[in-house]
Parts: sequence; C-alpha cells; structure tokens
Amino acid sequence: MKGRAELDRFLRTDPRDVGCEQALEILHVYAELKASGAAPDARYAGVEAHLHACGPCSEDFEGLLGAVRSISADPGGSTTAPPG
Amino acid sequence: METGRRRPLRDEESAEWVAALGGHAGERDDAVKRLHELLVRIGRAETHRRAPRLALFGPELDDIADQAADDALVAVLRKLGEFRGESRFTTWAAKFVILEVASKISRHHWRRQDVPMEADDWERLPDAFGFDPAEENEWADLMRALRRGIEETLTAHQRRIFQAIVIDHEPLEVLVAETGASRNAIYKTVFDARRKLRAFLVANGYLDNDAPRTRQP
Repeated sequence: MKGRAELDRFLRTDPRDVGCEQALEILHVYAELKASGAAPDARYAGVEAHLHACGPCSEDFEGLLGAVRSISADPGGSTTAPPG
Repeated sequence: METGRRRPLRDEESAEWVAALGGHAGERDDAVKRLHELLVRIGRAETHRRAPRLALFGPELDDIADQAADDALVAVLRKLGEFRGESRFTTWAAKFVILEVASKISRHHWRRQDVPMEADDWERLPDAFGFDPAEENEWADLMRALRRGIEETLTAHQRRIFQAIVIDHEPLEVLVAETGASRNAIYKTVFDARRKLRAFLVANGYLDNDAPRTRQP
C-alpha cells in the first residue's frame, strides 16, 4: 500500500539528523565536496541525514550544487577573481 | 567581523576576492561589481531552476533574483570577516543568494488559504500520504489511529505546525515569518511530532518497530 509506505517513511526520524541550522551552516562545504566527487556523506553523515529528510534544505542544496558546478564550468567572465 | 587571526585562505582566488573586497575604494568597487554580477547570475539560474513548480514567469522571476542578489551582496559584505576559507569564496557567497531566493520565492509564491482551519481539515490526511480512496477499507484504521495519535500525543503547537506542513503544504520559510520561530525550531517541532506519532503507531501495532531512533536534531 503506497500510502502506508509513504507515511512510514515520513514519520521515521534519523538520530544523525543535525537539523536545519547546522546543515545550512556547512552547506557550502558539503556542496563543494559533493561537486568535486569527494563523497562528503561519511564525514558529514548528520548533514546527509538532514538533507534526506528536509525538503527545503535539500532544495537549497540542489541549488547550491548547481551554482558550484556552474561557477566551475565557467571560471571566466564575472566569476573570475578581481585582478591583483 | 575581522578577527585579525584568520588562517591563510587555501586558494589564491578566494584570497584575492577577500583582499579586493576589503581593499581601497577603486579595487573594492570593482570587486563589489563583479560579485554582484556573479550573484545575479546565480540568483537568476536558481529562480529559473525552481520555476517549473511555481506560478512565476520571466520578468517576475528575474525581479526576485535581482532582489535576492542585492540582499545577498549586502549580507556577504557584512559577513566577509566570517569567511573562514572552508570552501572557495564564490561557493560561500553563492549560498547567500541561494537562500535569499528560497526565502523570497516561498513568501511570494505561497498564498495562505482564507478558510480557517477546521476539524475536517484532518480528513485530508489520507491525501497527504497518497492513500488510494478505493482502498479505504485497508487504511481507515491506520488513519483513525494516526488522528488519535495527533490528538493524544502532540501539543497544540505541534499540531498547528504539523497541519501547516503536512496538510496545507505551507513552506517552512512562510511558517518562520508567521511564527517568528527559526527554521531550525520549526523543523525540530515537526521532527518531534514525527517521532511521537511513529512511536504511537508502533506501540499500537500499526507500524513495525524495526529501527528505534530517539536522538533529536
């Protein structure tokens, strides 16, 4: 029964979940590691658990991951550091 | 706020950004302009990424992105001294505009229903979890138990937040604005409610107790 599985999934809580505040605090580090293929999940298991459970934070992470990849793919133009 | 004891940044580009943004007027102005352009670019990409799920289009999306970039720029400059070099500077700065876009879109997009909360709103619980009305005889007992758990184990505040998130699909950012609570506090309220309700359903034999978890965020 689809609804039962969805309810069970929603109600499950992960003890490693660090919550929004800690996840957002480190999100730029996590996203950069993820973009580099460094698999940050083991080091930041609590963040990974939170992103799995929190839709808004997961959405923010996806956006930031896209931004990191965009900046990496286009290091020229406005994304380059100023001279000097 | 500068502490004067910052470790050397690990990458040259980030060090250049920080130096330029904290440098003399001409150099700083140029860096601020470049940073703003970057934030606008990221902000617009982010609004358009989220657009398919929103009733927002072209110019409206760009307006939100531009406002987010403006606010993010102010925040980045204000918090420049807090940048610790754990990531590239541009990644750290990008986070500000992503979060600004998220906040502005949530508040802009979501329109709270004028209909006050009614007891019957809980009738929408099965829909919230995708139960098939045709199979009601299979889930009716579970839903009755869930509603009993909501009434018996949750506080009034937890019920209010649980309903807003689960039944009304109210964005977290909107709840933050409405209640004055932090995003983390709202999440923790829902986390605790989920934990209580699962424990209730397990104790009453409606769900399997195959993964006991108790710690809170």
